[in-house]
Amino acid sequence: MKITMAHGSGGDSTSKLISGVFSKHFSNKYLDKLGDSAVVPGASRLAMTTDSFVVNPIFFPGGDIGRLSVCGTVNDLLMSGAVPKYLTAGFVLEEGLDTEDLEKIVESLQKTAEEAGVQVVTGDTKVVEKGAIGGLIINTAGVGFVPEGIDLGPEKIKTGDRIIVSGYLGDHHVAILGSRLGIENDIVSDAAPLGEMTRALMEAGLGIRAMRDVTRGGLGTVLNEFAESSGKEIRVEESFIPVSPTVKDFCGILGLDVLYMGNEGKMIVVVSPEDADSALEIMRSSKYGENAVGIGEVMEDSDSPALVLRTEIGGLRTVGPLYGEGLPRIC
Amino acid sequence: MNDSQILDFLKNYDGPEVRIMEICGSHTAAIAKSGIRSVLSPQIHMISGPGCPVCVTVTAYIDKLIELAMEPENVVVTFGDLIRVPGSVRSMGEAKALGARIEMAYSPLDMLDMAEKDAEHTYIFAAVGFETTTPVYAMLLSNAEERGISNIKILTSLKTMPAVVDWVSSGTVLAEDGSERPAVDGYIAPGHVCAVSGYQIFEHIAEKHAVPFVASNFEAKQILAAIFALVKLKGRGVVKNLYGDVVTREGNLSARAQVSKYFEAGDGIWRGMGTIAGSAMYLRPEYERFDAGSRGLDTDHESNGCHCSKIITGEEDSTQCPLFRRVCTPEHPKGACMVSQEGACFNRFISGAQPRSRA
Repeated sequence: MKITMAHGSGGDSTSKLISGVFSKHFSNKYLDKLGDSAVVPGASRLAMTTDSFVVNPIFFPGGDIGRLSVCGTVNDLLMSGAVPKYLTAGFVLEEGLDTEDLEKIVESLQKTAEEAGVQVVTGDTKVVEKGAIGGLIINTAGVGFVPEGIDLGPEKIKTGDRIIVSGYLGDHHVAILGSRLGIENDIVSDAAPLGEMTRALMEAGLGIRAMRDVTRGGLGTVLNEFAESSGKEIRVEESFIPVSPTVKDFCGILGLDVLYMGNEGKMIVVVSPEDADSALEIMRSSKYGENAVGIGEVMEDSDSPALVLRTEIGGLRTVGPLYGEGLPRIC
Repeated sequence: MNDSQILDFLKNYDGPEVRIMEICGSHTAAIAKSGIRSVLSPQIHMISGPGCPVCVTVTAYIDKLIELAMEPENVVVTFGDLIRVPGSVRSMGEAKALGARIEMAYSPLDMLDMAEKDAEHTYIFAAVGFETTTPVYAMLLSNAEERGISNIKILTSLKTMPAVVDWVSSGTVLAEDGSERPAVDGYIAPGHVCAVSGYQIFEHIAEKHAVPFVASNFEAKQILAAIFALVKLKGRGVVKNLYGDVVTREGNLSARAQVSKYFEAGDGIWRGMGTIAGSAMYLRPEYERFDAGSRGLDTDHESNGCHCSKIITGEEDSTQCPLFRRVCTPEHPKGACMVSQEGACFNRFISGAQPRSRA
């Protein structure tokens, strides 16, 4: 079956689409009431976030837009130390979209939500004319509970802290760009919810200062933001930055810089020097963190805080944030 | 000498000032990325030359692309870098938001499929580049002929190296004692250009100006070796080749033959530098049907106060331009050198202020 404008009418066709595709997979006690809003139990400190997903193509090596819609939002919640609980899911569908494809995406979204320990508690569907958006767009909003005593942020970063990255960079970027350009390679997207890793780090009671998922803009942009917010220089060893050989070759051919490439299942952890080894061990033994590695440290206060890279020949260079557009429709 | 001895020599060099130009934009980017400036003695001065194709393209060319893209029967296809280069009124990116049909491509050959699928439109490639890229445009035209695709054209702004390097070599700057001295004491020869044209194209310039050239690949270690060689060879009109696995004296003869089938030499206009005789390539008259109007695009409005041309000829450093970092940034570029990933000013900008060295 194909999506038609009637599926966005709000009438009978919409109801059938909701019951036949969405409620069928997302079913839980909050969503099943199909109220105008979901009423859910709460906590004293909430983390909230929202993200829209416009990736092209909607199915790519290692994932699809459904999995991405959970990972992006859940990871944003996790980075503040929150335990993600609820998601909303808003679907904008293009007329002519195959409902089989839609159902695959909904299933994948639900499966990833289960992996991440969140429930989709309310949603929305709209339909737009053919050609307007190229398939479908999903928006998810997320709510998480922040446990007592957890207070993370780049302003907590101190001189001497260590910088750890959770694994190989650039895989998602190459998976998307490779499928768009039709360049065959064995790289799959790293799209993954990082809850197991962050939970273990939080529960170990380590001196974690800040966490950030490395998405669009890449490592260079995230560490520039950290330098800016902390007022300190951040020094990274170029040769320690983890990149798989295939991604390195891909970058060489297309002139891409791995410092600015997008990821959907990688994060940066800034941790006190005495806890750096324990944090690294925890990350390496968790799902999605086996290639975690320390790449640098936080230097003293600086009048012009910046990310400085020590290059392979021992040169120093300041690395700015991503300038310009980067790759559009990557997530 | 091994790598670390070379590094020590370049760090501690305290002889007379040496001014070295890397001509090619890919070298400019590699030097910025590897932090080479930060390991050189202050007596070794690196200058980014005119080898970034986007940086030397005049505004009339950008204006013409926009004019073509605004016509409903056309689609203009371009490399990404060119999109943000300011024309006399606006950039292609700004024109796109106003409805101009502009598509980005990684390779000119991608345009063949685009044009074949859409016979209603004429597809025009923004053909900028040096000796390295020109063979790809020749391949585009030859493939179009073979496949019988007739809705393809190119708008050329194709440049060649020897004449402009000769021109730069005649330039002078003031030395510390107030006397005039040559602007450049040695060149890192452009690796890709040499691969196509052969390093012989620089031999007569080396002799004429008594200035050395060293061809290098794009790895930091070989670039350092080239700088070392140039410091040692200062004042000698010789051409050396460190990039022997790719570069030969004669270059790639079949690529050169393909280029001369479609293109011929002519006078070229360079952004901020004026016309340099014999420094451009144009489609031959018998292939005029592929030309979207490339000749006579001579008007050049440099942004008010932009020092691009002085920078890429070695007269000034990016940091001496009054606009640099203050009003001219990668987000709001005033000149093409700040737009391109290979541009002199972009690379100085992203390298930031020289970081403090700390053991």
